[in-house]
Amino acid sequence: MTSALTTDVRDGIAVVTLDVPNAPVNTFARSVRDEFTALIDRLDRDESIRAAVIRSGKADVWVAGADIEEFLGIETSSQAEALSRDGHALLDRLEKLRTPVVAAINGACLGGGLEAALACAYRIGTDTPKTVFGLPEVQLGLIPGGGGTQRLPRLVGLEAGLDMILTGRNIRARKALQMGLIHELVHPAILDEIAIERAKALADGVLARSMVGGPHGARHILLDENRIGRALVFRQARERILARTRGHYPAPLAALDVVATGYAHGTERGFREEARLFGELAVSEVSRQLVFLFFATSALKKDPGVPEPAPPPKPIQKLGILGAGFMGAGIASIAAQQGTLIRLKDADPGRVGKGLAAAREVMRERLTKKQITRQQLDDYMTLIGGTTDYSGFRNVDLVIEAVFEDLGVKQAVLRETEAVTRAEAIFASNTSTIPITQLASVSVRPQRVIGMHFFSPVPKMPLLEVIVTKETSREVTTTVVGYGKTLGKTVIVVNDAPGFFANRILAPYINEAGILLDEGVAIDAIDRALVEFGFPVGPITLIDEVGLDIAGKSGAIMLEAFGTRMAPSQSLTRVVAAGRTGRKGKKGFYRYDETGKKRGVDPSVYELLPTGQRRTEIPADEIQRRCVLAMVNEAVRCLQDGILRSSRDGDVGAVFGIGFPPFRGGPFRYVDSLGAERVVRALEGLNSDRAPRFAPAQLLIEMARGGRRFYPERGHPFPG
Amino acid sequence: MATFGNGRRVAIVAGVRTPFARSGTALKTISAIDLGKTCVAELIQRTSLDGRDVEALVFGTVVPSVLAPNIAREVALLPMLPKGVQAVTVSRACASANQAITDAADQIALGHVSVAIAGGAESLSNVPILHSRGFSDALVTASRAKTLGSRVKALSRIRPKDLVPITPAIAEPSTGETMGQSAEKMAKINHVSRDEQDQFALRSHRLAAAGTKDGRLTAEIAPTYVPPKYEVVIGADNGIRDDTSIDQLAALKPVFDRRYGTVTAGNSSPLTDGAAAVLLMSDERARALGYTPLGFIRSYAYAALDPGEQLLQAPVLAAPVALRRAGLSLRDIDLVEMHEAFAAQVLSNLRGFESKAWAERAGFSEPVGEVDRARLNVMGGSIAIGHPFGATGARITTTLLNELGRRGGQFGLMTVCAAGGMGFAMVVERQ
Repeated sequence: MTSALTTDVRDGIAVVTLDVPNAPVNTFARSVRDEFTALIDRLDRDESIRAAVIRSGKADVWVAGADIEEFLGIETSSQAEALSRDGHALLDRLEKLRTPVVAAINGACLGGGLEAALACAYRIGTDTPKTVFGLPEVQLGLIPGGGGTQRLPRLVGLEAGLDMILTGRNIRARKALQMGLIHELVHPAILDEIAIERAKALADGVLARSMVGGPHGARHILLDENRIGRALVFRQARERILARTRGHYPAPLAALDVVATGYAHGTERGFREEARLFGELAVSEVSRQLVFLFFATSALKKDPGVPEPAPPPKPIQKLGILGAGFMGAGIASIAAQQGTLIRLKDADPGRVGKGLAAAREVMRERLTKKQITRQQLDDYMTLIGGTTDYSGFRNVDLVIEAVFEDLGVKQAVLRETEAVTRAEAIFASNTSTIPITQLASVSVRPQRVIGMHFFSPVPKMPLLEVIVTKETSREVTTTVVGYGKTLGKTVIVVNDAPGFFANRILAPYINEAGILLDEGVAIDAIDRALVEFGFPVGPITLIDEVGLDIAGKSGAIMLEAFGTRMAPSQSLTRVVAAGRTGRKGKKGFYRYDETGKKRGVDPSVYELLPTGQRRTEIPADEIQRRCVLAMVNEAVRCLQDGILRSSRDGDVGAVFGIGFPPFRGGPFRYVDSLGAERVVRALEGLNSDRAPRFAPAQLLIEMARGGRRFYPERGHPFPG
Repeated sequence: MATFGNGRRVAIVAGVRTPFARSGTALKTISAIDLGKTCVAELIQRTSLDGRDVEALVFGTVVPSVLAPNIAREVALLPMLPKGVQAVTVSRACASANQAITDAADQIALGHVSVAIAGGAESLSNVPILHSRGFSDALVTASRAKTLGSRVKALSRIRPKDLVPITPAIAEPSTGETMGQSAEKMAKINHVSRDEQDQFALRSHRLAAAGTKDGRLTAEIAPTYVPPKYEVVIGADNGIRDDTSIDQLAALKPVFDRRYGTVTAGNSSPLTDGAAAVLLMSDERARALGYTPLGFIRSYAYAALDPGEQLLQAPVLAAPVALRRAGLSLRDIDLVEMHEAFAAQVLSNLRGFESKAWAERAGFSEPVGEVDRARLNVMGGSIAIGHPFGATGARITTTLLNELGRRGGQFGLMTVCAAGGMGFAMVVERQ
């Protein structure tokens, strides 16, 4: 086997290149760690070596972190704790090594990679957007396990260190220099040269091995260096975490405790506590679900959208967007940022102008956050050409319609589009409810018609649901899936049926919330229960946001398609009939001020509901059970009916499309964690009173009977 | 007879422009570079052109930005064009866009490139304001000073009069005569009356208003969405007055010669912001890419005379040469587009076309002839539409070819007068 490390010693300086063979990125997999141990042994013993430089052989990555696959093999917390302790020992040796080591960092330096860099004597980063630093462990329900919780805050200060550890966010090289995380920032072309020079200077004692820079200034003295200041920082951080996670995610709190321990009792205790909590978290349910989602989304990145051998996706050079409303403008903004030329069409110049302004607003936000430059913003906007006619559509590769949600209107624009585009052009509909097959029925090339269901707001929502009909060609599917990935989306492919997947499972959940209203439960009680369950917002808030008219319309379509089990609640029907539209009309189940800010439940809406002002109390867990099981049951139906290709797609779709709690992994993972049998029993229990809408899906019954699961209980969620 | 291109015909595939807006109005917040970019971006969009097919970009501008003097390169850096599109900025006063077009056409005719974009832009709302000589000298000396003392000393030399900024005037560097004074002089020499000028201006506005109303003029305009809010959408030129009358025009005071003068703001072209561009291809490439060109360049000619004489009369020398190179006479021409810097200039040029003396000066025995007014500037001209110096030539090219197509005509002639006593003429043909 080829080794990951190659060492080239010249003039007493060992230049070590890390390049894990046959892997797109460098990770600290077990074999790499073994080689690293051998390297440290050599650097320690070999008298001819005075100093070392560690560089990466990969173009975009220095070290991306631990090998997450390895985590799947961890069975007990003590195994994970030992893993962390081994890491500590290794990095401790690196830090105290006779020969100073310079980290020459070009590309991503994350997780274990950053922790290793922190143990080096000197760090040089390159001035490119690819060079980023971060400790993303909390995003997998973990904490840094290689000493990062101790070394980082001491290097960059408590506030900056905590921010990186608790959010997992990446910081760019320029910021890293300002923070004191790296000593120097250089052009990539001179990185090796400067690193070798610094290694020599360190060996000669010309350059001190001590921290250069480091946290300083009044703020540092006030907050880091005294107990009261630190207590303040920790308290505020805890409050922020609880507000963000509502207690569902233990990792950030654990990280905070570990950092605090180090400050209170010294780093040695801090390292021990880090290893202990890393061990606990590594086998926690939350982490397992988050790691599952990581693997599920990684698998989707490689999934072409059709069974292999998949036709290669065609590039999308020019995109036509019909409808410059909020969705159309959102799509335009993200497509322009990928360099796609865009023709944005709407009926009149005023609407086109509004669309351009909305697209620019998305980019302006990124400019404010310094994620893009002024020049990039101008370039991206220049790529969006507004129009009120079909000029410039002759060479579009893909057209996405985001016009008014009405079959007739959509069929009309499809016909118009087909008349002006080339035969190879793809027509995609961004409908959320209208079956693509119906839309394609008027097409002269139905094999090139597909659904692209983006979620609102498009730039922020990570999911794209691609809907294929029986006629959609494989090449069209792979092209659209490929382009969706280019746009930075996680793409699931579903078969055509009313509501597709995301809106279909949302319908019974929303309906159940409405039926609870019919029964007299308070609006805020329902929302609170489901937020407690882990949804970002409750179902009533959700439909107020989406628009009650739209929810009503979609409800009618679902009723027609699936019969009484999808019958909308009386409450929603009545409120829609009363003309309330939710946030956009500043009148829904909640009150809104002039700026559209939500201002608590609107008590007057109860007058419209079946039980009037008389409210009943139902325990939160029953509210959760009814709403969530209605959704989960429908998700299983989607798999059973072949709407979904896999439970994986369903879990990813539910989490990233409609906010199913990530720490529960998704509806199918949720069934697995409860056990199919328990879910069936719960549904049957509910169904005895409310037949037949809770009748368990056939697939669920079969799984309960056979004691089957959607995923293996241990190891990799997608074996083979 | 071999016309332009020596067998390699140059097609004008399409043309687009921004609306033309009086300076200091609708487009004042947009720089010439951004006007140029907006225009070329829309040209590429509308024609469904693949940016990778473009090989060269030539752009004209008269008052360049001090910070970005090569406007062409800035425009060529549009994100839908490859970074390898080489670009040059040309300057021939009001015929700058024509220069851009003929330069691009030459490159195509020579076989160096097959697809090029040419045009021009001007923002007279954004002209550079210069410092006086004294002020600049002091600043330059101060910036080179090595000590604080010498820096202070350099700056202390600034006198109050040095602080008066200098706005570039539209005057001839050689004679010091402003453009308006030249037009005034031409009106006198050629006996063009005030009423004749006002009637011509009225005609320009009426015809341009009609062309706007029926959509013939607006067809060449890319509606401009003004960033950052894009609330204002400008879809038409804003200098055209369909409500003006001969009485209103007659009431205006002469600007350049208050006592004996006849040239007024009403019978002159206004200071204007805007951009215009055309897509040029070899005939062969246009066919291969599936385009039906608006037309082809049949010939062109430039000419010049002493700027101290009749500054804007050189089209009279250029037109017969272009016609001879085209192997045509005025009788063959279906439409004539003359740039209207001033009504006095157009009318002087027209008289020159009829004059034997001017014909002889150009080396011809017979005059070009009398231009049929029914074929002249049939949708008005620069007096009404406006005149962004660097863009006008491309605007006229597009206007002429579009209308020639609508009328099913065969040949078109355009002329443009330019500062420095220069003139331009081009003959275009369809099919």
